[in-house]
Amino acid sequence: MDSIATETAPLCEAELLGVVPYADALEMQAQRVALRADGGCADRLWLLEHPHVLTLGRNAHETHVLADRARLAALGVEIHECGRGGDVTYHGPGQLVAYPIVDLAPDRCDLHRYVRDLEQVLLRVLAAWGIRGHLVPGRTGVWVERPGAPPAKIAAIGVRVSRWITSHGIALNVRTDLRYFDLIVPCGLAGSAVTSMAELLPDPPTVAQVAERFAQEFGVVFARRVQFR
Amino acid sequence: MAKTDVIMPQMGESIAEGTITKWLKKPGDAVRRDEPLFEISTDKVDAEIPSPAAGVLAEIKVGEGQTVEVNTVVGIIAENAAEAAASAAAPATAPAPAAASPAATTAPAPAKPAAPQPARSPVAHTPAPAAAVAQAATTALRETATPAGHDAESVEELRRTRSTPLVRRIAKEEGVDISHIQGTGISGRVTKKDLLAHLEAGGPAVAPTLGAPVPAAAAPAPMPAGPVFRPGDNVVVEPMSLMRKRIAEHMVMSKRTSAHVHTIYEMDCSNIMSTRNQVQADFVRRHGQKLTITPFVVKAVVEALRAVPVVNASVDGDNIVYKKDINVGVAVALEWGLIVPVIHHADELSLVGINTRVADLANRARGKQLKPEEVQGGTFTVTNPGVFGSLFGTPIISQPQVAILGMGMIEKRVRVIENDAIVIKPMMYTCLSYDHRIIDGAVADQFMGSLKKTLETADFKALL
Repeated sequence: MDSIATETAPLCEAELLGVVPYADALEMQAQRVALRADGGCADRLWLLEHPHVLTLGRNAHETHVLADRARLAALGVEIHECGRGGDVTYHGPGQLVAYPIVDLAPDRCDLHRYVRDLEQVLLRVLAAWGIRGHLVPGRTGVWVERPGAPPAKIAAIGVRVSRWITSHGIALNVRTDLRYFDLIVPCGLAGSAVTSMAELLPDPPTVAQVAERFAQEFGVVFARRVQFR
Repeated sequence: MAKTDVIMPQMGESIAEGTITKWLKKPGDAVRRDEPLFEISTDKVDAEIPSPAAGVLAEIKVGEGQTVEVNTVVGIIAENAAEAAASAAAPATAPAPAAASPAATTAPAPAKPAAPQPARSPVAHTPAPAAAVAQAATTALRETATPAGHDAESVEELRRTRSTPLVRRIAKEEGVDISHIQGTGISGRVTKKDLLAHLEAGGPAVAPTLGAPVPAAAAPAPMPAGPVFRPGDNVVVEPMSLMRKRIAEHMVMSKRTSAHVHTIYEMDCSNIMSTRNQVQADFVRRHGQKLTITPFVVKAVVEALRAVPVVNASVDGDNIVYKKDINVGVAVALEWGLIVPVIHHADELSLVGINTRVADLANRARGKQLKPEEVQGGTFTVTNPGVFGSLFGTPIISQPQVAILGMGMIEKRVRVIENDAIVIKPMMYTCLSYDHRIIDGAVADQFMGSLKKTLETADFKALL
């Protein structure tokens, strides 16, 4: 991978983890945040997929999970509560999940800016495959227009910051089986929907390809020297 | 005293406020500098905020779920435990300096003439009376948080010995035994505010918690025959909090005043539940709060009150007083009692407006931040015992109103519909308690019929 930022930019180690159970990822993040806060490591960008899981953010309402526990179990879908912002989210195979564990101090201490920057990274990644994403005022995440259909959400953002160390992050639908989103209240009123790169492209990329591109664009937007481990 | 204010931090240029989602420390807990102290939520981002100093968390000023502007003081860190205790007792002097001194130095309150509105009393304008009443009742809560090491001392002992010298002096001057006052300080210690509230309460009975002044005719309830307990009986005697006393007086007075009759209807909630579920996610995103069932019911109540005006009325001697304003009280259960904030002009609000008002009033009721006028002027009341699992309650009318609606639990029940088909529907019993002096059974059922029709068939999406 090309080094995008200059040699003097802070290092951010990127790592492709493959499929990681949600609980393990939570534990890894907690440890890494503590280590990063103590200055014991560089910034880290984890790129992974989760097995089927519904996660409930801090503001989540259990009623937004439409399926009961028995049905979720039958489908092999776990359910987890977690300390990020936002409501109910689905993660699963074919969806790129990126967890940046980076220190926003001293020059990026602004939560809104952080979310906007993540949105910019996502827009740049989508643009690399010719998909024009856009933002919806008042909502987080990235949306795309579809011919003859209402805009659909392609990527979600839910982040947490502890002493300006970030955790959680984004989920971008690359080849996600979108039927799993039917288990939760869709993003907004009837008509609002979710989509994936595979739904929009005749020849969609793999999650790994999108992950590499994400790391690259992350380096550009966050002025980090991204190195794959 | 070395104290450090904990403030709501500025977490971004365009972020003006934050919501405290969780305190990671309790008052009295030791904290290290930079140790996570509380969590906040802004938009979709959650953040953990470190302690600005080392010491002991002396006081939490902004509770969980409350949203405050950036730079608001949300808590106080004291250098050590002793200071933390002192600072917890001190706030009484801070919010009411001007008002406190006259009450402290003049004659005790019982000498005052009977005034039905607490807002006219010298101390009440600083803390809202309902809030003061509510605060006086929090002892039981605080006691559960008694720091280890104090367990051996009785609460009475603590109140007497650990109150500040100022409080003890005022108590002595006023001839009050402070061990009988419900304290709101640490471990139930009596603060100056508690003491002044107690002196104030020596005055006439008022009913701020129920939004209606108690008529002067309301005499105390007659004592039951025979003593409730004898010396040596295995009982614990605890004085009622002010709020408890007001509720007790008002309930008995209302039962004596109105001829209570109840009518119970079962409502099919499919319409409101599906509307709510469809719009919820978008509603939360747009308004930053959840849409509850209550505003749907309030909206339907407004329609029914318009259709049957005698339910939105009062009795004045031989006259029926029809209220032109529709002010709906919504009962809020508190850990220490009950309060009924009022949605004034509910008929002029949209569903969103009602939802916002209900959430705001309930929040502030729990935070003891209600203003006196916000619990007064109700013309009808809605209460929701269903949240606790009740099928339906038969509530007591809040005087001088003439009716109150109790919502039961919404649960799926099997119904037989047209063509003898069996379906599962979310159903809710609702009970109207009405004053038969002026409302006849047929009229009450007309009201309930209107309520049912609106709940089951109205296009609430159009009313958002």
